[in-house]
Amino acid sequence: MTNLTDLGVAAIRSGVAKGDFTATEVAGAFNAAVAEAQDALNAFITLTPELALEAAAAIDADRAAGKSLGKLAGVPIGMKDLFATTGTRTTAASNILGNFVPPYESTVSQKLWDAGAGMLGKLNLDQFAMGSSNETSAFGNVISPWRREGSTAQLAPGGSSGGSSAAVSARIAPAATGTDTGGSIRQPAAFTGISGIKPTYGRCSRWGIVAFASSLDQAGPMARDVRDCAIMLEAMAGFDPKDSTSLDMPVPEWEANLNADLRGKKVGIPREYRMDGMDADVARTWDEGIAWLKDAGAEIVDINLAHTKYALPAYYIIAPAEASSNLARYDGVRYGLRDLPQGAGLQDMYAATRAAGFGAEVKRRIMIGTYVLSAGFYDAYYTQAQKVRTLISRDFMDAFQTVDVILAPTAPTAAFGLGEMVSDPLAMYLNDVFAVPASLAGLPAMSVPAGLDRQGLPLGLQLIGRPFDEQGVLDAGLAIEARAGFTARPAKWW
Amino acid sequence: MSVDTATVARIAALARIKVTDDEIAAMVPELNGILAWVEQLGEVNVEGIAPMTAVIPNQQRLRADVIGADPLTGGNVRDKVLSNAPAGEHGFFGVPKVIE
Repeated sequence: MTNLTDLGVAAIRSGVAKGDFTATEVAGAFNAAVAEAQDALNAFITLTPELALEAAAAIDADRAAGKSLGKLAGVPIGMKDLFATTGTRTTAASNILGNFVPPYESTVSQKLWDAGAGMLGKLNLDQFAMGSSNETSAFGNVISPWRREGSTAQLAPGGSSGGSSAAVSARIAPAATGTDTGGSIRQPAAFTGISGIKPTYGRCSRWGIVAFASSLDQAGPMARDVRDCAIMLEAMAGFDPKDSTSLDMPVPEWEANLNADLRGKKVGIPREYRMDGMDADVARTWDEGIAWLKDAGAEIVDINLAHTKYALPAYYIIAPAEASSNLARYDGVRYGLRDLPQGAGLQDMYAATRAAGFGAEVKRRIMIGTYVLSAGFYDAYYTQAQKVRTLISRDFMDAFQTVDVILAPTAPTAAFGLGEMVSDPLAMYLNDVFAVPASLAGLPAMSVPAGLDRQGLPLGLQLIGRPFDEQGVLDAGLAIEARAGFTARPAKWW
Repeated sequence: MSVDTATVARIAALARIKVTDDEIAAMVPELNGILAWVEQLGEVNVEGIAPMTAVIPNQQRLRADVIGADPLTGGNVRDKVLSNAPAGEHGFFGVPKVIE
């Protein structure tokens, strides 16, 4: 019999629909795989095997009754612990929300359940999604299932969606949700040899997702291949009146329209992304990607994205500024942790609660955000950064006059070791150098696995598309996937 | 621009985060490193450029002015609202005394 945990979203859905196996069998197999890996990988913060089984039983009953099945019928998934889930603790990997049990469901997770998915558990992440290695979680590091050849050193699964990337690449979840503020879906996907797409800003409702930087936050799927990402994204996207930035547009049939034939398409290669001292394997993989897209029929065009080098510093003003505002809500009054020292007044309680509840990176970003928004500095920092953001967006729009999609590396390196970057916040920030520009411009962007580096670790290629053109991104991703022949997976050591 | 210990203490107070002197001392070089790095934005010529306000153009909507039109976000959910409060008492959020 097929090893059920080797199957992806499309295969599970069709197997359940045909009756090759039951949804309950699938949920049981993944529950067992999750339990077996949990101590070693720490991919989950909260396990919910009973919810996976409950959802599966409902699907099996629907099938037996001859009812029509949803897009994700019988597919158990991991849910990043940033999505509010009714009755299941939602922590954002922070002590300040350590015991928060939402009485409501996020729009995106509700859509996934409505489509027939079930929940294996809540996935670990960087605290409040602030980080690029999953080392800022209050619930411990996630350990990547990948290892360098001949080494047992623990590697970062990327971040902030590090639990999601670890779980999908370890085959303990066929797919997972992620969120991407400045690369938090794409960089972990690249680090672990899986696919992940951040749609156009506004495609997925932010309602019920713990807010980090509201003008940048977007939910998206992480899965083993492009088709599975398309299936998941179709279920997750859609207009939501409860999110004022939600796009009131129909959700396209991305899966049905997948087409890896790129004849007539133009692919832009941004000069500014080819940086001095670029990792040789990353550069080689990028060149291979160019050749693959040519082979798929696309015309390759060099483009300029002149303000690329300013994207990261602009991001590290804008995102902390929004975070300092968003995280003002954690005050020890309405929900979450309260630290009330003996005899303390209200202001002291706020300060003590936030000191006790937030991790070091979260405090650092709140402090930066508070500073750049403070009187006398607002224009010099925040307004200037928002003007630069306009220029970055304009660079992309100019490029899209000529090209249909842009190809670039996802990250400047393969996965680094846990502990290698934590002492230098700035070095960690620089890992998002290729991911952040598309976030600032609100564009759909995807990472697909493209090859292995000299140490046997996965490298990803990134596709960036026009606003609302997830299809173009997915199609180019599919063309790369078909040619890269990426079948590598981490050896099971746990 | 760079920050000193007094400025970091002031930012922490504005951000309502209690910090020790040791934490402040550790934060000064970290924040200065980050601030020195973002300083490069000053080189960009932004004359005549409007700051971005919406990354994807979108119409602002008004919801219908009806109480409880959406049962999720409407009224009459006091106990749910209080269910995660650290000190929910008598149907209110409990806080330390704020008026002498």
